[in-house]
Amino acid sequence: MTQVRVLVGTRKGAFVLTADGTRKAWKVSGPHFAGWEIYHVKASPADPSRIYASQSSGWFGQKIQRSNDGGATWEPVGDAFLYDGAAGSHMWYDGSQHPWEFKRVWHLEPSLSDPDTVYAGVEDAALFRSTDGGTSWQEMPGLRNHQSGPGWSPGAGGMCLHTILIDPTNPNRLYVAISAAGAFRSEDGGTTWQPINRGLYSKYIPNPTAEVGHCVHRIALHPSRPRVLFMQKHWDVMRSDDGGDSWHKISGDLPTDFGFVIDVHAHQPETVFVVPIKSDEQHFPLDGKLRVYRSRTGGNQWEPLTRGLPQQDCYVNVLRDAMAVDTLDPCGVYFGTTGGQVYGSADGGDNWAPLVRDLPPVVSVEVQTLA
Amino acid sequence: MIRVELPGHLKTLARVQGEVRLDLEPPVTLGSALEALEARFPVLRGAIRDHGTLKRRAFVRYYVCEEDYSLKGPDTPLPGAVVEGREPLIILGAVAGG
Repeated sequence: MTQVRVLVGTRKGAFVLTADGTRKAWKVSGPHFAGWEIYHVKASPADPSRIYASQSSGWFGQKIQRSNDGGATWEPVGDAFLYDGAAGSHMWYDGSQHPWEFKRVWHLEPSLSDPDTVYAGVEDAALFRSTDGGTSWQEMPGLRNHQSGPGWSPGAGGMCLHTILIDPTNPNRLYVAISAAGAFRSEDGGTTWQPINRGLYSKYIPNPTAEVGHCVHRIALHPSRPRVLFMQKHWDVMRSDDGGDSWHKISGDLPTDFGFVIDVHAHQPETVFVVPIKSDEQHFPLDGKLRVYRSRTGGNQWEPLTRGLPQQDCYVNVLRDAMAVDTLDPCGVYFGTTGGQVYGSADGGDNWAPLVRDLPPVVSVEVQTLA
Repeated sequence: MIRVELPGHLKTLARVQGEVRLDLEPPVTLGSALEALEARFPVLRGAIRDHGTLKRRAFVRYYVCEEDYSLKGPDTPLPGAVVEGREPLIILGAVAGG
């Protein structure tokens, strides 16, 4: 029987939400790793029972947990994230150079084909890979050692590598995004990288069209058209039709184009979801109304989705890794809020309901569709 | 035999309850005690001292016989009361954050 499993990372633990294919009644398991910040939990597409979780603490550092039974039990694996060679330095807030220092893992991206291979995006920005199920980690230093590296600088949330995308038609093509350096692409499995930020415009950086320095919040793609990328930048919703070589703005009629999340419908590659946030100074929805916006045209024309979402006095945020879609038909869409709610829609966004509503602040949401 | 008292989160990670007891060869130092602890519970590597540098993490503190040992070097001998197991080496999370 079809089952859906939603993996939720929060500021105080991980939760696993499960339901059958109707997606009406949800069972909540957790907190796993209670009291720890869980930045991300994600399962292997090649083995749905294999799940990785990033567990961190300001006191006790970084741990990686692995489950081989769909999140029922967990075991700690390796957590030595050591930069390859000299760590080097990057731009600090005052314009000086600051040494690269590992702080935490923001994002875990399992290989599409091998359950033991998983990528980790970390703060301070770097990409690591494990090929032994998380037991050991090796940096892929070509990214951090890119000639633009000394010019990268942290955003308000730290200098984090938060997005990793693997082209399903070519596993050697990887995309990553870093706040606040921008987006990068590798064509050789992560050995060498090039910035892919042409067309981005960030008004208050020294050079608004610079090759690097943009605060990219999230990138998404549809597996059937992996050269089409959608981006939620700090401000601006963007689109590329050429694998990131160039970008154009698709904010269109959105009421505000600041935000964090962006995702693509599982069966309609031109249907895109965002959650507009009022501004970079006020991290909550406009007018106290929590609205997902959907474009069925690949951008520019957007419709507000409100049914089942609070339309007054709502002042939560939706963080960059906190939206995901399942692959059922109709497509399920899920997102989590800093108010501890996880909302889901079982009909492509038309109607919403909370799966659970009083968790700690939600950092990440991922979904598995299980046969 | 020395006794080590861990904070709750590290007890959970190590899957222990109560104090940890370690047998150490003399001379017993702060560093040798931490090494023995991490050898017995590898999951604690990186949680008390950073990987690589082995520097104490910023918000972890060491207390011995009501004295703060946090700033002492790894070669610092532990007092007889700890070496003889009458007092624990206390590892705790600093009072910080919210």
